[in-house]
Parts: sequence; C-alpha cells; structure tokens
Amino acid sequence: MSEKTHINDQAPVEEKEYSTLNLGPTHPATHGIFQNVLKMDGEIIVDAEPTIGYIHRAFEKLAERRPLNQITPITDRLNYCSSPINNMGWHMTVEKLIGAELPKRVEYMRVIIMELARIADHIICNSVIGVDTGALTGFTYIFQWREFIYEIYEEICGARLTTNIGRIGGFERNFSDKAWEKIDYFLKHFPKGLQEFENLLMRNRIFMERTINAGGIKADRALAYGFTGPNLRAAGVDYDVRVMNPYSSYEDFDFIIPVGTNGDVYDRFMVRQQEMKESLKIIETAVKNISRTEEVYHGNVPEFYLPPKQEVYNNMEALIYHFKIVMGETEVPVGEVYHAVEGANGELGFYLVSDGGRTPYRLHFRRPCFIYYQAYPEIIKGGYLSDAILAMSSMNVIAGELDA
Amino acid sequence: MQAKSATDETTKALHDAVLVRLKEKFGAAIEASEIAYDFPLFIVSREKIYDVLKFLKEDPELNFHFLTTMCGLHYPAAKGREFGMMYQLHNMPQNKRIRLKTFFPENDLEMPTMIPLWDAANWMEREAYDFFGIRFKGHPNLKRILNMEDIDFFPMRKEFPLEDPTRDDKDDTMFGR
Repeated sequence: MSEKTHINDQAPVEEKEYSTLNLGPTHPATHGIFQNVLKMDGEIIVDAEPTIGYIHRAFEKLAERRPLNQITPITDRLNYCSSPINNMGWHMTVEKLIGAELPKRVEYMRVIIMELARIADHIICNSVIGVDTGALTGFTYIFQWREFIYEIYEEICGARLTTNIGRIGGFERNFSDKAWEKIDYFLKHFPKGLQEFENLLMRNRIFMERTINAGGIKADRALAYGFTGPNLRAAGVDYDVRVMNPYSSYEDFDFIIPVGTNGDVYDRFMVRQQEMKESLKIIETAVKNISRTEEVYHGNVPEFYLPPKQEVYNNMEALIYHFKIVMGETEVPVGEVYHAVEGANGELGFYLVSDGGRTPYRLHFRRPCFIYYQAYPEIIKGGYLSDAILAMSSMNVIAGELDA
Repeated sequence: MQAKSATDETTKALHDAVLVRLKEKFGAAIEASEIAYDFPLFIVSREKIYDVLKFLKEDPELNFHFLTTMCGLHYPAAKGREFGMMYQLHNMPQNKRIRLKTFFPENDLEMPTMIPLWDAANWMEREAYDFFGIRFKGHPNLKRILNMEDIDFFPMRKEFPLEDPTRDDKDDTMFGR
C-alpha cells in the first residue's frame, strides 16, 4: 500500500508529445500530389502544413509566349476533370477582348458541352467521396457515365481528357449525328444511373455518419477564404457565376442553385448531386431549343477562326487569314479583360492583359481550388485523420489547377 | 446590342458611384480611374491601398466583401512604376465588381499585406512573392509557394526568359514576342 503511494508521488509529469505524419506528396488517399505535414495527437489533427507546387508547369509564363489560340491546350491542364469548361472560358475571354458576338446556336452548343463537363467532374468528385468512406460500388457503376461523356467529347473534338474543344469564335466542326445520338442516349439513361448512385449513398447510414459534420466550414469563413462554387454553396451562399454574370446565354435557362447549410462533406456531396440534375435540365432545354440540321457552328470572326482548308487553296482572303492565324500575326486589341465562368469547382477567371502584341502581355488564371485549398488546415484541425481525407476529396481539389 | 449598352451603363454608374466615395475619402490617393471593358478600374497609390481596400470592404454601402483575385504585374518600361499589384473585389449581394491597381518602383518592392482583411490573400500574396519578388509587410509566412525554395530569381518578371537564352539553334526574330 505504502509502496503504491510512493510510486504515484514519483510519477513524472509527462509533457504532451505530438507525432508528425507526412500525408503525401504521393499518397493513395489524396488523389493527386498533395503534401500535408500533420501534427497529430493520437488520431486527432492538431496542426497541418500543406505544401503545394509539385506539378507546377509555369502556365502563366508559358502563356506569355503563345498566340491566343495556342493557349487553349494550356487551359485543358488546369482542372483536367472538366477541361471543356476551361477551354470555353478561355475562348469567351478572348471573344470579350475582341468584341465578338456569337450566334445563339453556338452558345447553346457550348452550354451543352459545359454542362456535360460539369456532370463528369461532379461524378468523379462524388463517387470518390464514396470511395473514401469505403463504398467502392457507386464509383464503379457511375464511372460508366463519365466514360460515356468522354465518348461524347470524342465525337465532337476527337479527344477525351485534355479536350482542346472548340475554337475562338465557336466550334471546329458541327456536332455529328453520332454525337447527337449519344447526347440523347445520355439524357435518356443517365438519370436512372444517377438515381442508382444516389440510392447507394444518400440515405446510407454509414455514409451519413461519416460525412455529416465532418470537414465543415461556415459561410463567413468560406467567404473570407475566397470559396466559390459547390463548396461555397454547400455553406449556404447562393453564388453562381452562371446566374450572377450570365455568359454564353445562360440567362435563357431555368435552373435552381442548390445550397446547403453546414458546409460539411455531406452538404457538398448533396449540392453536387443536385447540380448534376440541374445540369441535366439545362442540357435538355438546350437540346430541345437547338436545330440539329443547321450548319451554324461558329461566329463571324475570320481573324481568329481558321477558315476551312478547301477555301484556303482557292480563296485569297481565306489564305490571308489562315496565314495570319497560324503565324500569330492577327491584330489583337489593346486592353484588359476579366472573364469568369462557373467551373466545376468554383469561379474560374481569366485576367488577360493585352498590349496589342501577338501574345498576352500578362495572363492570370483565377484558379478556384488554389484559393480555397488554403482553408484546408483550418477545416481539418481538431478532427480525425480519416475526416481530413474526406474533407480533401469533398473539396474537389484538383492538383493541375492548384499548381497551374 | 441593347443588352450590351445596358451593361456599359451599369459599369459607368458603378464607376462613378465608387469614384465619388473614394475621392471624398482619399482624395489624391486615387491616382486615376477608367472603365476597362465591364470593370471599373481604379489606380490607387501604394501608401493608401490598404486603407482603400479596408474602406471598400467595410463600408456598409459599398460592401465589397469578397476578394475575387489578386496578382502581380510587371511593366519594365514604366520608370518608377515597374511593378504593380491588381486586386479584384466583388460585392455579391448587389453583384458589383471592381478592380484596383497599385504601382511601385522596382527598388522598393514592399506592399502591405491584405491578410487582416481576407484570409484568402495569404496564398495569393505568396504567389505574387514567388513569381515577382514583391514582399508583403506583415505576412506571417512569406515564402515561395509553387516554385522550389532554393531558386534565386523571380520567374514571371519580364527579364526572365522563357527559353534558354544561350541556345543558338532557334531564331525567334521573326515571330518572337
């Protein structure tokens, strides 16, 4: 008895010791190159230090040496899960600079492609949230539809991931019959697939326990951190560029902006889920109101839009324009524009300063996930490691866009 | 065309309204203003840029509460105003956007940090430091963000060549920038 008391008296007061955990740079759970040095108290995260830039490719510098039409492939590689939105955002930026106005049909075609891209992006993000909670089934099933969307891109531009779709002034070719057929098939059968996916997760008790109140951020903090897109809407702010500053005829479409309340993983999941349904609605309206036979697929901007090759051989003007575009000798107005599109993960902005030269004087990309990823330490502090993994996948941080 | 001129008028009205408020509060610190496409643009002196942004953010009527983006600028030809910063603010409830710029000489690249106003400024300022070498006074963690830490140059400056300048197998005189 006395011995025991003695031991208690002598017991040294241990200082709390934290362990350091390197999450990344290449970790199977982070879906990309992200490094976070975590300070852990057992399984609780005390502090986090993200390091980014592992796949930095100097896009802004590269763009200063390229004619405007050669910058489109760079934008592919920003958010590569929804390249067409980036491509068209860039086309529209240049069109704003040169003051081009496009026919309605072209704008509707763009809307169809951009909304398909949004669905593809949301499919990836939401199914990966499922994977990270341990539900692989939904992912394996719904990825067929992402594959199907890539087939539609393929019919339209020939590429799948880094699409380089469209040109300044419109599309490089009209939608083929096969493309229309595929779009129809998608509209007809995707809602069922989406519903199946939703049934697997939305009211799944395990999924709900894992995601509700995990990785949340409140609206005021989200605004301070420059959140945009589904992550901001999940926190309850109904900000959507498509509605606030409509571009490409989005004002013609009737859709709602889904919002959440908590800004947690579950809300982000639900917002994306609903957005896919809204996107479907938009595509349906666009498909209904567009003529399939009309041969209008670009606007009248001969100085920027390559003429058909047959004409180049027979028509002097076409030859001149072809030469000017290919050699990058087109006159570009002096000025600075900012154009924003609603990318799949937030407001994707292009700030273009032109001094009249063949290349931009300065091009700055407002990359949504670069701006909101800095909130990651705040979001995961005090939570479990497994919630941190979920928080990252639900924020839809794309390494290509993050690192530019 | 109708819609376009309507946009022009809204931009003009916004430009005038903000300019009046800024002029009465800051006077000569507002060096110039213009309308750049659909954005009112204000050039502000560096000494007052923090106060101007704070005022724009906190004034209940102007309420530019959201920092959309910021980036560094480099104009080597403009003597005494070689470097600059661009800020874009957004008043979401009324959907108003403005752009501000400030310029400063290359031998004195110090800017006030905007982190007290927006947490989002943290990484964007690190990016501007990384690429242009602009130093932000009061930034808690001003180090490179996208480039490796041991490089000794600032790659977005105009004098930094995109390609190896010692190469002689390429002739860019005809089609270079």
